[in-house]
Amino acid sequence: MDNAALKERILGLVPDAEFQENKQFLTFIIPPAKFHDLAIRLKSDAELQFDYLFCLSGVDMVKFLEVVYHLESTTHKHQLVLKVRTEDRVNGAIDTVCDIWRTAELHEREVYDLMGIRFNNHPDLRRFFLEEGWIGHPLRKDYVDEVNIVEL
Amino acid sequence: MKEVINLPVKNVEEEEYHINMGPQHPSTHGVLRLVVSLQGEIVKSLKPHCGYIHRGIEKMCEKDTYPQIIHLTDRMDYLSAHINNHAVCLLVENALEVEVPERVKYIRTIIDELNRIASHQLWWCSFGMDMGGLTCYFYGLRDREKILDIFEESFGSRLLHSYYTPGGLMMDIHPDFQKNVKAFIKYFRKKIKDYDELLTGNVIMQLRSKGVGYLSKEDAISYGVTGPSGRASGFSCDVRKHHPYGVYDKVDFNEILGTKGDTFERYMMRMNEMHESMRIIEQLIDNIPAGDYTAKMKAVLKLPAGEYYQRVEASRGELGVYCISDGNKTPYRMKFRSPNFSNLSALDHISRGVKIADLVAIGGSLDYVIPDIDR
Repeated sequence: MDNAALKERILGLVPDAEFQENKQFLTFIIPPAKFHDLAIRLKSDAELQFDYLFCLSGVDMVKFLEVVYHLESTTHKHQLVLKVRTEDRVNGAIDTVCDIWRTAELHEREVYDLMGIRFNNHPDLRRFFLEEGWIGHPLRKDYVDEVNIVEL
Repeated sequence: MKEVINLPVKNVEEEEYHINMGPQHPSTHGVLRLVVSLQGEIVKSLKPHCGYIHRGIEKMCEKDTYPQIIHLTDRMDYLSAHINNHAVCLLVENALEVEVPERVKYIRTIIDELNRIASHQLWWCSFGMDMGGLTCYFYGLRDREKILDIFEESFGSRLLHSYYTPGGLMMDIHPDFQKNVKAFIKYFRKKIKDYDELLTGNVIMQLRSKGVGYLSKEDAISYGVTGPSGRASGFSCDVRKHHPYGVYDKVDFNEILGTKGDTFERYMMRMNEMHESMRIIEQLIDNIPAGDYTAKMKAVLKLPAGEYYQRVEASRGELGVYCISDGNKTPYRMKFRSPNFSNLSALDHISRGVKIADLVAIGGSLDYVIPDIDR
């Protein structure tokens, strides 16, 4: 499926998805409430078949926290980027996708650890790199650590 | 006759217990800790604990300029340092729309493949050693040394090179480079037969690896297992084929695909890939075009505001670099999708139900490099 048809299809599935200009990938911002249902459709629909989640990243855009999903279909070879945002910096949570793409389990733990975004229904949401009891989430823009980070 | 003493022994077959493999265990090839749940000798489940070598490379990138970031990427998967450098260079070049000279593309492709051979040689060493064959270790390291000598002659360093720069190369190749590479290929084509005689045909090794640690194609895709480990399951994931960079679109090479998805298949993938890498080098080494070794670049590189993603085929799988730029000389956010991180996520799934000794063989066949997981 080419990008124009794919765009129409995604907007048909989630009418309030927001299209974002991007040179490389077709990009959409998806409302958190509709994200998990859309993810299931993307994987199971015969024409879409996004079965390969090749990157999952957390981003702190200061106004909101964002999780970026890079998806590819190994049969149809098309690619898609989905973004899900949360403005709650303390209890912000997004539905997990590790029931759909198993690789997400460790990636979501990494995002939780370093970015502080929670994932609903995740089977084992613990810190991944840092020890339990670490204060703060280092990849956030407002993180300060006077001992370990040397400002030049 | 000695009297038999009956000690009150608990039935260990029924009781589940946990042991720690690592962080200091030779088979984890670094500081990885696996908490293994066992019943008798059978692995029930396994939880990886990472972070012993977490250096916060992604956070450091936010303070560094793009040429500086290249030096950090060496230190992720240090066995495919050139290929990691290549990913960042391509990202910057594509974002700035710089056309690099053909000469650079050829040299980069040759060196990437040499790096892949060196990495697979070290994998072969350690895989043999995991299986109890210490001779492999000496054979592999002896031949890897030849590649490191070529690297050292051209750009001074043996492990962490930082040879690629955005726009080209740090310096031109040594005048003897082509001669030495050809001599190495001639030498290694003979020596790789020894590898097959020593380990591939070994009955003990085959019995321990065939049918052990099965990963289906669907699971390989779902877990994002790429590289030779993913291709052993039939997952066609070679970035060099699907999203060509360098001069991979101009050379003739096969994407090695397996069907069985077990430990032995993963072993064969890497052995065959070394042959393919030699084929790629042979096609290019005599045809390196003359020209500059770098494109003209600005002193301070500022990427236009926006998002960029670059994929390359590192020796263990797909390496992705995701960069968000706000127009400054440092990136706003840099994320590395490292191949070992995703490959590790499948370890729990494929090692359930195997004996603990086989876990060592499975780990060896996945070929993880811990600094690449922790970053």
